[in-house]
Amino acid sequence: MANIISDETIEYVGILAKLELSGQQKEQAKKDMGRMLDYIDKLSELDTADVEPMSHVFPVQNVFREDVVTNGDTREQLLANAPEEKDGMFMVPKTF
Amino acid sequence: MSITEMTAASLAVAIREGKTTAVEAAEAMLARIEEKDKELNCYVTVDKEGALRQAAKVQEKIEKGELTGPLAGVPVALKDNLCTAGLLTTCASRILYNFVPTYTAEAVINLQKAGAVILGKTNMDEFAMGSTTETSAYGVTRNPHNTDHVPGGSSGGSAAAVAAGECFYALGSDTGGSIRQPASYCGVVGMKPTYGTVSRYGLVAYGSSLDQIGPLTKDVRDCAVVLETLASHDDKDSTSLVREDTDFTSALVEDVKGLRIGIPNDYLGEGLDEEVKAAVLKAAGVLEEKGAAVERFDLSLVEYAIPAYYTIAAAEASSNLERFDGIKYGYRTKEYAGLHNMYKKSRSEGFGEEVKRRIMLGSFVLSSGYYDAYYLKALRVKALIKKAFDEAFAKYDMILGPVAPTTAPKLGESLADPLKMYLGDIYTIAVNLAGLPGISVPCGQDSKGLPIGMQLIGDCFQEKKLLRAAYTYEQYEKNSRNADIHRMG
Repeated sequence: MANIISDETIEYVGILAKLELSGQQKEQAKKDMGRMLDYIDKLSELDTADVEPMSHVFPVQNVFREDVVTNGDTREQLLANAPEEKDGMFMVPKTF
Repeated sequence: MSITEMTAASLAVAIREGKTTAVEAAEAMLARIEEKDKELNCYVTVDKEGALRQAAKVQEKIEKGELTGPLAGVPVALKDNLCTAGLLTTCASRILYNFVPTYTAEAVINLQKAGAVILGKTNMDEFAMGSTTETSAYGVTRNPHNTDHVPGGSSGGSAAAVAAGECFYALGSDTGGSIRQPASYCGVVGMKPTYGTVSRYGLVAYGSSLDQIGPLTKDVRDCAVVLETLASHDDKDSTSLVREDTDFTSALVEDVKGLRIGIPNDYLGEGLDEEVKAAVLKAAGVLEEKGAAVERFDLSLVEYAIPAYYTIAAAEASSNLERFDGIKYGYRTKEYAGLHNMYKKSRSEGFGEEVKRRIMLGSFVLSSGYYDAYYLKALRVKALIKKAFDEAFAKYDMILGPVAPTTAPKLGESLADPLKMYLGDIYTIAVNLAGLPGISVPCGQDSKGLPIGMQLIGDCFQEKKLLRAAYTYEQYEKNSRNADIHRMG
């Protein structure tokens, strides 16, 4: 079954993915995603009704440790990577 | 022989014996990079001053007897998705064009403790998404065997640097074949260890449940030496395993007697280049001659690995790459209207096409209404694929096959059709889904002179079997080459 990606869907995916696409990019994205989903639909050939989803190959448990600070103060180095900083803090655009 | 042609292990011995120094080795390698890298572009960043500074320090420690290990003083190249404190780490993306980490990846720290000298950071597909190193924001890398061809990917810069003698060994990361495939295309050895063997702390995440760091080396001995140094348990990586059996160099034994090797019929079918097939089967014949029991079998489910992989990897990528928001580090767009517009514009301008494609696919398969049908379905198929491997390893010590269906494609031929490019991952990708170790070993060239790789896949924790078989094959090839030279001489 061919997957047709609607304008609404690609708009929604853009919101989830925090990406802004031009009109032409949207058309291309719709085509690419539709084609990829057609391909992924191959998985539905397999009966997996009695199969548990496997996220990790080995059993993974929460790893706990004491909340002890082991790293030094790297605030200056960290802020040096920020596009904008002020008074030792990250600068963000006005949010309201 | 020029110093740059030495293997990592033999260089370390020469340094230890005082025949050369870490500084001479670093200088020779930097000169080699200067000479070759304009054409090949294996490196995104070459840290000339840093390398010489480290080399002098390491040399001092070697002379004092403080550093005695098998990699002490040997210069290394690191894939540019491994964080290095104070040294630019771009993931070959525009969005990290100026990112200087404040900490170093655990795997790299393990190398540094062993006396490694970091030459620089190698080119790759952006965020390790790609199979050709052409999605890099910093230009393509060329295959040293034929510069019209790609080196493979995503660890293409690392593989090409090893092949071109622009480093003694390199680190790569492998999420769906990203160490093994470029190793195959460039004619070097590359290994992806069992998931959890090498700490992922400080590796910029792509598909966290699939990513593993591993070595790219000139030969199998170096591969074992490097992996032995890399492997460690790390509290900072919750998926890190405790392993007692990481003395990988103990497996460098020429003996495959009694090893049961299975060749999946599914790995020799449609789409496989005839020359690749012939070279791989010839290599299998060598192992058989040396005493292994080789037979064909049906692995099953092979054609489901790629769709399952791209669903899972894209889902994890969309989540992992949310952190690139133009606030804490990296690229921020110049003009924007408010916070969300800044996020969107920074990300859209900062990420390349393939990365955006995978983030969108991942966001879609995780979105409400599609999560069960796509993401959970893929995780269920992953369980089936793991079961198929379990059944195979009940019968065989290892699986043998090609690494990739063809040799390295020409530059510019792959990106136009992403789905076709994904299909090239068919023999490597299931290994990551099942967490298995796999190694790529050079096994000849095609009629165009491009290298061909044989892949050996083991059950979890069976790296030593793979190294033993790879070493046995490599020694046989070396001996028969020497015999040929002797006869001709």
